[in-house]
Amino acid sequence: MKSLMDPCCQRCAHRPETPCREYLRCRTEGPLCHDDEQCRKARQGRIEAVEGAAQAQRPTQNQINESPCWRLLVCAGTGCIASGGAPVVAALREAVEQRGMSSQVEIALTGCHGFCEQGPIIVVEPGKTFYRRVSAADALDIVDTHLAGGQRVDRLLYRLPGGEAVTCYPEIPFYARQHRIVLANCGHINPEDLGEYLARQGYRGFLKALAMERAAVIAEVKRSGLRGRGGAGFLTGQKWEFTAGAPGEEKYIVCNADEGDPGAFMDRSVLEGDPHAVLEGMLVAGYAIGAREGYIYVRAEYPLAIRRLQRAIAQAEACGLLGENILHSGFSFRVHVKAGAGAFVCGEETALLTSIEGNRGMPRVRPPYPAVKGLWGKPTNINNVETFANIPHILRRGADWYAAMGVGRSKGSKVFALTGKVNNTGLVEVPMGLSLREIIFAIGGGIQGGKAFKAVQIGGPSGGCLPESLLDTPVDYETLLEAGAMVGSGGLVVMDESTCMVDIARYFLNFTQQESCGKCAPCREGTKRMLEILTRITEGKGREEDLGALEKLAAVIKATSLCGLGQSAPNPVLTTLRYFRDEYEAHINDQRCPAGLCAALLTYRIDADKCRGCTLCARHCPVGCITGKPREAYVIDETRCVKCGVCLERCKFGAVIRR
Amino acid sequence: MLEKYREERGALIPLLQGAQEIYGYLPGAAMERIARTLRLPAAQVYGVATFYAQFHFTPRGRHVIRVCLGTACHVRGGARIFEALRRQLGVEDGGTTADLRYTLESVACIGACGLAPVIMIDDDTHGRLTPESLPGILARYE
Repeated sequence: MKSLMDPCCQRCAHRPETPCREYLRCRTEGPLCHDDEQCRKARQGRIEAVEGAAQAQRPTQNQINESPCWRLLVCAGTGCIASGGAPVVAALREAVEQRGMSSQVEIALTGCHGFCEQGPIIVVEPGKTFYRRVSAADALDIVDTHLAGGQRVDRLLYRLPGGEAVTCYPEIPFYARQHRIVLANCGHINPEDLGEYLARQGYRGFLKALAMERAAVIAEVKRSGLRGRGGAGFLTGQKWEFTAGAPGEEKYIVCNADEGDPGAFMDRSVLEGDPHAVLEGMLVAGYAIGAREGYIYVRAEYPLAIRRLQRAIAQAEACGLLGENILHSGFSFRVHVKAGAGAFVCGEETALLTSIEGNRGMPRVRPPYPAVKGLWGKPTNINNVETFANIPHILRRGADWYAAMGVGRSKGSKVFALTGKVNNTGLVEVPMGLSLREIIFAIGGGIQGGKAFKAVQIGGPSGGCLPESLLDTPVDYETLLEAGAMVGSGGLVVMDESTCMVDIARYFLNFTQQESCGKCAPCREGTKRMLEILTRITEGKGREEDLGALEKLAAVIKATSLCGLGQSAPNPVLTTLRYFRDEYEAHINDQRCPAGLCAALLTYRIDADKCRGCTLCARHCPVGCITGKPREAYVIDETRCVKCGVCLERCKFGAVIRR
Repeated sequence: MLEKYREERGALIPLLQGAQEIYGYLPGAAMERIARTLRLPAAQVYGVATFYAQFHFTPRGRHVIRVCLGTACHVRGGARIFEALRRQLGVEDGGTTADLRYTLESVACIGACGLAPVIMIDDDTHGRLTPESLPGILARYE
């Protein structure tokens, strides 16, 4: 028996072909079909290997010294693979083989740990030892020193800013203040093994739902206060109720995994790290609403997520958890994966549906809402990945448990993608209502390079930029909306003093303008005009009347656009105008970019007194416009300079001046 | 492949994706054949194909370099990475080098923001880039 889903012995009667209601209980608490202490022990051992180690908060020294078997959890998320994770896995396998420890050591590939900044990441269980920036060359050392020798490899441990090493990950500040629910499994189970998901109470929420009346399931989700995690924050249970109540036999469940927001990657991590949680959430929704079919619409840019999902679906089908007559309940459900084709607007629900149908992904006017008239004209319930991933927990632990977290009308936890100029970038899951300051400074570890905080951009292109004075704003749906931003998908991009807010507004406008499907004029033409104005300002050609024009355009676009993309497109401009108006004015009135970023407004020159003629700038200048003789002062030819700033970065003597 | 999708609903996009996988781009003949199989007007097939950023109508390089210009990459200097690649390869956004070795593209977000600035070459993601690190990475793709 290698996985929990395997039969324990010849006598095991529970098979996928005859999946009774006790099937899952038999796999995790059993065997129930026959009495055998050996079989029970084997199952328990398997569960403990996955779950037991993760339970203990602080490991005892004994666990580290004399563990009979080790589990190396190697992050196989996109981030860690990109920082060189694959060779590490190969080297670890070889090292374990070489030392003859294959029977005692299991190397499990997991989903994202969330602390992408520190990748490649390895967690050694038992003991929760967190190794970061591991390279292939470290593999033998880990096996010899840690596994065979019972000593942690000191140089691979995470260090606090003071230099002190942190031994186990729950004590790393980045993790210590988080409250992981949706991400609880990410990084701790092998996402390609259904058995590991089961060992962590997987599919228990669905089992519980199956034993309830459909209406009761919806009531439970409603009571939990869960709101859509994709952006708008509509009450999930209410959405389910609408679809369940819509006339028609044929209904659909759709999972929106078209995470197009620049700066957000939580859906990707959940899909890659815990695909069964999404399937379980969809199953519960399917049962509650009375749908027999579900679709997951994933961006084609996420090949690993697509592969893992397809694998998870195949496993669930093989075990009778998807398909006809699931667990002998009379409920049947199938899930299809549809790869998107690269259009941001397809994240909008009506556009997404028409894209699944094989058309140009353009939104349409609502109502009728998809709950009444959705995929192929049938009632359809669409939720985002993170929303579905919350469902199993709500069913399993109850609505009250969930509703106890959060503030006001924002319940539960939310995953944020913390990126930009912050020290600890990665995925952060916190209860709703935590302040931005706590997220950015306590968990995120503050601003990179000791620079000053300037703004935080929340909610992607639909959101806004909030200044330092609003750092104590609690993060919840209502408060953020009031401040001009929104929770959105949960992207938090931190900006420091070197970020130009006009440039950021232009950046987002450029994005929405390019991604506008072009169906309605306010969005198609309006964003174009706004972009023209912003571009002009960043080029130093701004006029006094520009700011008024921007505000007027923004108001019209917001009020008259067809879908969410257009309605929210002006948000980044409006919030930067509201909180950073002085920067716009500096660009327009003084032809000056306070952050020193807008290339057209900058000049570079070399201070002859400070220049030592080291040639570094001239050698790295991409256009070769810096000339001079070694050991004499160099000169920049401003007519040819492309203002890339490489000379400034290279100069060791502070001789390059940017104005 | 055409057989598999003939009767399936919403088959157009998966078919276009499949055809692009085979040819590396979407030749006109392939799109016309898809139109005939699905009994759709050719205009509709072209209309759908041109709507999505993923589809291409001219041959592409052996390796596709996607430069992330997402927000996180933007604030950490993604534009400079793009600029450096543009110079190095001598092609514009969406362009392919004359020897068909590389195609350069800017994309909205790769979803590996923790490693910004990031590029993707084929299916490999490379992060924490500096303009200087690029030649070494490019050399690995023949």
